[in-house]
Amino acid sequence: MADVILSGVDKSFGPVRAVSDMSLAIADGEFLVLLGPTGAGKTTTLRLVAGLEPPDAGSIAIGGRDVTRIAPAERDVTFVFQQYSLYPHLSVYENLAFPLRSPTRRMPEAEIRKRVEEIAAMLRISQKLDNRATRLSGGEMQRVAIGRALVRRPAIYLMDEPLSSLDAKLRADLRLELKRIQQDLGATVLYVTHDQTEAMTMANRIGVISAGRLIQVGSPREIYTDPRNVYVATRLGQPAINLIPAGLIPAGSLPSGATTIGARTEHLRIARATNGAATAKVDWIEHLGDQNHLHLTVGNHKLVTLADPSSDLAGGDAVSLAFVNPLFFDTAGDRVR
Amino acid sequence: MSATGITTAHSVVAPTGRTRAIAGAIVIVYALITMIPLLWIVVTSFKTPDDSIAYPPKLLFTPSIEGYCNLFNTRTRQTPEYIAALPPATGQCDQLVRSRNMVIAGPSNVIPRFTNSIIIAFGSTFLAVALGTLTAYGFSRFRVPFANDLLFFILSTRFMPPIAVAIPIYLMYRAIGLTDTKIGMILLYTAVNVSLAVWLLKGFIDEIPREYEEAAMIDGYSRLQAFRKVVLPQAATGIAATAIFCLIFAWNEYAFAVLLTSGEAQTMPPFIPFIIGEGGQDWPAVAAATALFLIPILVFTILLRKHLLRGITFGAVRK
Repeated sequence: MADVILSGVDKSFGPVRAVSDMSLAIADGEFLVLLGPTGAGKTTTLRLVAGLEPPDAGSIAIGGRDVTRIAPAERDVTFVFQQYSLYPHLSVYENLAFPLRSPTRRMPEAEIRKRVEEIAAMLRISQKLDNRATRLSGGEMQRVAIGRALVRRPAIYLMDEPLSSLDAKLRADLRLELKRIQQDLGATVLYVTHDQTEAMTMANRIGVISAGRLIQVGSPREIYTDPRNVYVATRLGQPAINLIPAGLIPAGSLPSGATTIGARTEHLRIARATNGAATAKVDWIEHLGDQNHLHLTVGNHKLVTLADPSSDLAGGDAVSLAFVNPLFFDTAGDRVR
Repeated sequence: MSATGITTAHSVVAPTGRTRAIAGAIVIVYALITMIPLLWIVVTSFKTPDDSIAYPPKLLFTPSIEGYCNLFNTRTRQTPEYIAALPPATGQCDQLVRSRNMVIAGPSNVIPRFTNSIIIAFGSTFLAVALGTLTAYGFSRFRVPFANDLLFFILSTRFMPPIAVAIPIYLMYRAIGLTDTKIGMILLYTAVNVSLAVWLLKGFIDEIPREYEEAAMIDGYSRLQAFRKVVLPQAATGIAATAIFCLIFAWNEYAFAVLLTSGEAQTMPPFIPFIIGEGGQDWPAVAAATALFLIPILVFTILLRKHLLRGITFGAVRK
């Protein structure tokens, strides 16, 4: 295991700037999640660290060694791809043994068997070792793919949305399992996802990325409670943060320059309106089982927030809204305090 | 009949017994039409020269191996006295030949010609497929400048019938001493086949996701090792299908073989028509040569038929 440092890395594909001036330090044993939408440059960042793409500018160091111009095989990294991860012509066992048989590693066959069986047990796929890789369910395939990364002890594990093709139940299971394994091994992981739940539950730190730029890096708590701008604020939280023009709802004194107020559920106090004090109207309540989403209209602005499960509010009710320490943003979308 | 007038007593996708029967009948008729000439060749190879040219054609006849005897041996005519003075015939062929007032003078050229065919066809197929696989991989995976123009150029070598360049090739080969050499024929057939191989294989290799090689390269393999360990096994189907197409061309090629080979490197196609008996074409011997000529390609195709079926339907179904 080792730390990984990207400094000032740029990468373009033709006219498209995939990664701009990316500087990021991943500490030894850290689980760092890059969070961003499709096309934000997350995968390109991983591929740059792996050596599958050469950077146009900047440098990459793994464990204190500059690897910017070094071939992938020499970098001591592993990569879990989003899909197409298993060699279809090989059995599960052969797939797991493949990295250990590489010419740069050359491990005795008995040692390989021991490692593969250990990892298979950890991922609960021991009984599938003799299957063809193509004769597995989606969840099993992805476990094998993760297993193929785990049989080695590289400087860093790179994972490109490894859970995105799985169903919700399996995703939740593997999420926990992956986090547990990472902690057991003390592994350094750079993990890419667009799923905020994965980011929140697994990361030591989250890096929010947009249009090839790293916007903010911090602990999940920091990113959630103290976002640097509107973009970061909208990446986390379910339901998403409400962006309300200043002045629509009385908010007391605003910091200078604030034009937009960002309010999550915990930033709003809702009460049934007492005569004439109504600021909003309840449109309808979405019952999701564990949560109730309350849809409100303020003027011609729509808000979504969580309702107290015991709340007796119903569609058409008039309510009064008040802010509780909301977030303020200026016209450029940056936080003002 | 249900109220809506639609009956769904049988599956809408699985064929019914009747459609199966009709399809089966069509396949059988088609197979018969294509098999009859082959069958006729095999039948003719077991006739005597007289039976083979009998009119109306004889369907019932006494089988004879005279065609095969004549194919593998050269004969000379002798006087009955000379034949009578010889020691007793040693084999069936000896007997048959003597009954026609001839003796076996020695082995014919069929075995060297057949060997030439095998060496040239399989050699050029191997070369064309090997070059084609590497070229296709390069075009598929790397940013090659002018890739489309180069690919078009490669394809353009097939725009005209190869025989259109027969005279320049003949002159070139004569100047550099490649006429009637096996290596010359291997190079020529490779040149014709390599464009087909590149185009067929590029399609197959494009379909193999890059992630496999990338995974292998991260796992500690060089690009060439990843190519061998990961790409080649997955391209096996495409390689097999391409090899069959290349082999069929090289095996059957006639025009260049006639033009460029006469002895040393002569293949079966120009050899077979010149099997001449006494007083005309020796049809049973020609048929015997043709029947034997069919065997290698039949064996090769049967060995690779699983791949071939997948190869020719390739791209027809989206995954």
